[in-house]
Amino acid sequence: MSRQDEAVLTIFERSRPGRRAAALPAAEVPEPPLEELIPAQLLREAPPRLPEVAEPEIVRHYNRLSRRNFDLDTGFYPLGSCTMKHNPRLNERVAALPGHARLHPAQEPKRAQGALELIWLLQESLAEICGLPHVSLQPSAGSHGELAGLLLTRAFHADRGEARHKVLAPDTSHGTNPASVTMAGFEIVKVATDARGGVDMDDLRTKVDDDVACLMLTNPNTLGLFDENIAEIAALIHGVGGTLYYDGANLNAVMGHSRPGDMGFDIVHVNLHKSFSQPHGGGGPGAGPIAVSERIEPFLPRPQVVRRESGNGSRPHYELDHERPKSIGRLRGFQGNFGVFVRSYAYILSLGADGLAEASETAVLNANYLKARLSAGRAGKHLPVAFERHCMHEFVLSGRPMKKELGITTLDLAKRLLDFGFHPPTVYFPLLVEEALMIEPTETETKESLDSFAAAIDQILAEAEQDPEKARQAPYTTPVRRLDEVKATRRPVVRQRFA
Amino acid sequence: MLPAIGVDSIDELFAQIPDSLRLDRPPALPAGMSEAEVYERLAELAARNADCEQQVCFLGAGMYDHYVPAIVDAITQRSEFLTPYTPYQPEISQGGLQAMFEFQTMMSELTALPVSNAGLYEGPSSIASAAYLAIGATKGRRRFVVSRGVHPHSRETLTTYGAGFGAEIEEVGLDGGLTDAGALAAAVDGETAAVILQSPNFLGAIEDVASLGAAAKEHGALLVVAVDPMTLGVLRPPGECGADIALGEGQPLGNRLDFGGPSFGFFCGSEELIRKMPGRIAGETDDVDGRRGFVLALQTREQHIRREKATHNICTAQALNALAATIHLAWLGRQGFRELGELLVRRTAYARERLAAVPGVEPLHGAPVAREFALRLAVPVEPVLERCAERGIAAGYPLGRDYPEYEDGLLVAITERRTRAQIDALAEALGAAVADARGDLPVHITGNAPRGVG
Repeated sequence: MSRQDEAVLTIFERSRPGRRAAALPAAEVPEPPLEELIPAQLLREAPPRLPEVAEPEIVRHYNRLSRRNFDLDTGFYPLGSCTMKHNPRLNERVAALPGHARLHPAQEPKRAQGALELIWLLQESLAEICGLPHVSLQPSAGSHGELAGLLLTRAFHADRGEARHKVLAPDTSHGTNPASVTMAGFEIVKVATDARGGVDMDDLRTKVDDDVACLMLTNPNTLGLFDENIAEIAALIHGVGGTLYYDGANLNAVMGHSRPGDMGFDIVHVNLHKSFSQPHGGGGPGAGPIAVSERIEPFLPRPQVVRRESGNGSRPHYELDHERPKSIGRLRGFQGNFGVFVRSYAYILSLGADGLAEASETAVLNANYLKARLSAGRAGKHLPVAFERHCMHEFVLSGRPMKKELGITTLDLAKRLLDFGFHPPTVYFPLLVEEALMIEPTETETKESLDSFAAAIDQILAEAEQDPEKARQAPYTTPVRRLDEVKATRRPVVRQRFA
Repeated sequence: MLPAIGVDSIDELFAQIPDSLRLDRPPALPAGMSEAEVYERLAELAARNADCEQQVCFLGAGMYDHYVPAIVDAITQRSEFLTPYTPYQPEISQGGLQAMFEFQTMMSELTALPVSNAGLYEGPSSIASAAYLAIGATKGRRRFVVSRGVHPHSRETLTTYGAGFGAEIEEVGLDGGLTDAGALAAAVDGETAAVILQSPNFLGAIEDVASLGAAAKEHGALLVVAVDPMTLGVLRPPGECGADIALGEGQPLGNRLDFGGPSFGFFCGSEELIRKMPGRIAGETDDVDGRRGFVLALQTREQHIRREKATHNICTAQALNALAATIHLAWLGRQGFRELGELLVRRTAYARERLAAVPGVEPLHGAPVAREFALRLAVPVEPVLERCAERGIAAGYPLGRDYPEYEDGLLVAITERRTRAQIDALAEALGAAVADARGDLPVHITGNAPRGVG
């Protein structure tokens, strides 16, 4: 077996009969055969074929696997709309305190006052940042927040005796927006983008009518541009009685500078795993709290954490309020991803009011600097900015000229970047930009890391001018090279097969 | 940096935001704090919670105080697992993708169903996701027959989601702690998209899923079964009981309590459902040099490709929590996982017998149980819980919170951390609290008081 093959053995392939890691406590109680306790037809005959591996080999196995991952702690990770900012280790430490980590979710509120107060404090902080008075932390991620927002919209209209069917969203919206719309039982109506990268107001006007339940918008949008017409958009939607939903994936651009509530939004979701530094974990956990206006508040999920003043001079106490007759109900079990709340609250405390505003400023500065650096080099010719104006926290380039002139695609460029030690930007999104590359550097990158990324792009383009094949075949230095994704979908092998 | 951009100040970059929408003051939040100060503040809040190091915890109801082995923390805290995004660039994400593949294999083995996804948010919303899938899989049926033994949070979440995608939900009651088989069979019809069960159910009782599921098969409805993964070393797996989908709360596997999250939901199904599944699925493939590798398979189901036609809206889920489960299951291994299941069953049997022998305490049902069981008390439950809490014991979950018919009910959960001595101490505390309360009560309430339907 070659070295390469050895590296990719699964934990099952490392299994040898009789090996084990765990030593369990002694039973300490009578040990009758299980059949005496549970009828035989309810019992399992063959045990699940879990691996049989000793602890040292388990540790080695997962350490080896970890070394086949690229991660934010190792290098620049400019994924657009993902806000890959530094994850402070302090947050891990405080989340692991036994008072948080080993607190049972069904603990009676009286004996979980610290946790409920933390939830309440985070609710209040997010309400202030979003400019909306009420917050529920229950949704587990951004798309879960979107679904919550759409169900709130449905309940809001139903309460007024209306059943509306349409939800508007720009053609630049995140894919989760239309998917959430369908799940919530609405019909998606796409709104075009104008020449400046904002909502096409003429197109919007033709689509606004009294069957519109909601407009979903990201602002700044996925092109990284702030929609200057937002006040007019809000007036149009509110004019026909619809709600305005803010996809908070891009909130990192405006913290402490502009608030969705002040823009006219009724419902906002916040990605704690983006703007508020919860590590992404290779695909979660995250959390997608929602902030809402007064008119939406009665419908918030339950239970809601509320603060009760004691009235007798002692400290206020916190409760789980289930008595919410108009609530849309639960979206999940217990109180939400509390461990994520701890990390994000620690982050907000660390940065404070000024720090959050400065984070957004630096995020915007970094994005504009990188955009300028790239435009000044070969990217200016081959990879032009899709909408040439100052951006907010991210920007979108188009690889269309590069494809035409150099014969390499955005995918090729992305794969070649891997050889330079960078995570590529988001690619082929938003859909309206051909061969799109969406770049979000975040505030926690230095000028030097932005410079070296720009230099790498320049070098790849220079190389492609001479030898485009090099990028077309990239990457070369990664644990594996380009993988056959078609095969994985046509004939999916999604679990280990045992002989 | 400003000259390179061609502006004089950062503020110029914010000029694209209309003045009227600029916040003209700093946000009303405290000033930033040093790392040491933040630590102290958070530690102060944490200290006001009664966690499982301060109390002996018999609370369950879906989340359990299991021991999480040290290697779970050591590995999941590695930067390489903690800090990457979803593996959209497979060439530099092989570690995460292979871990997902191993997770899927383990969950598939536990449930005895061939296909597992890489995880969803948590247990209750996974049930709603199964219902959404069932609509598509049954060509638009929207009726759901749900046992009252399914976790109350799951039933409520299903109702919440159902208000969106359209669902008619019929609940089937319990009889002797178990789903009423006759009522279930009568409730299922040709419009039923899915029959949804949980085993062990919320009262801890092990359902005869195979028999109950026959009604679903008869009418072409999917059989969806929520299971406690920690029991699957000893209990007959859902895949051998005719389940089309098995899912559940993953917390018991390698995840700490965290006051309810983050944990993960697992979601396994039959081969026919693979293209309708929600969430990420890792698949094995080859690279251009013929080397083995892993990718996100079947992405054409997902929102970032299919948008409004996606099978689900889920994007960020709980990858790190699923990794924790994978490591925990590898650590337990084939032998250890079964032994742990046996340990739970035997300690639970001991605890059930021991507590039922306490005067004023009796079993709420006589059905077989694995790791959790329901009692009924002859006195009001909440004051008894308070008395036990004063002695450092979280005695269990008061069923009256969710089941008015079990106002006198107490749900007690056992893990490998609950020793015989702790169980004995619970019996003593419960006995003392009940005796005290009974002394204060009129005789007719302590005797043959009316009961909820068992």
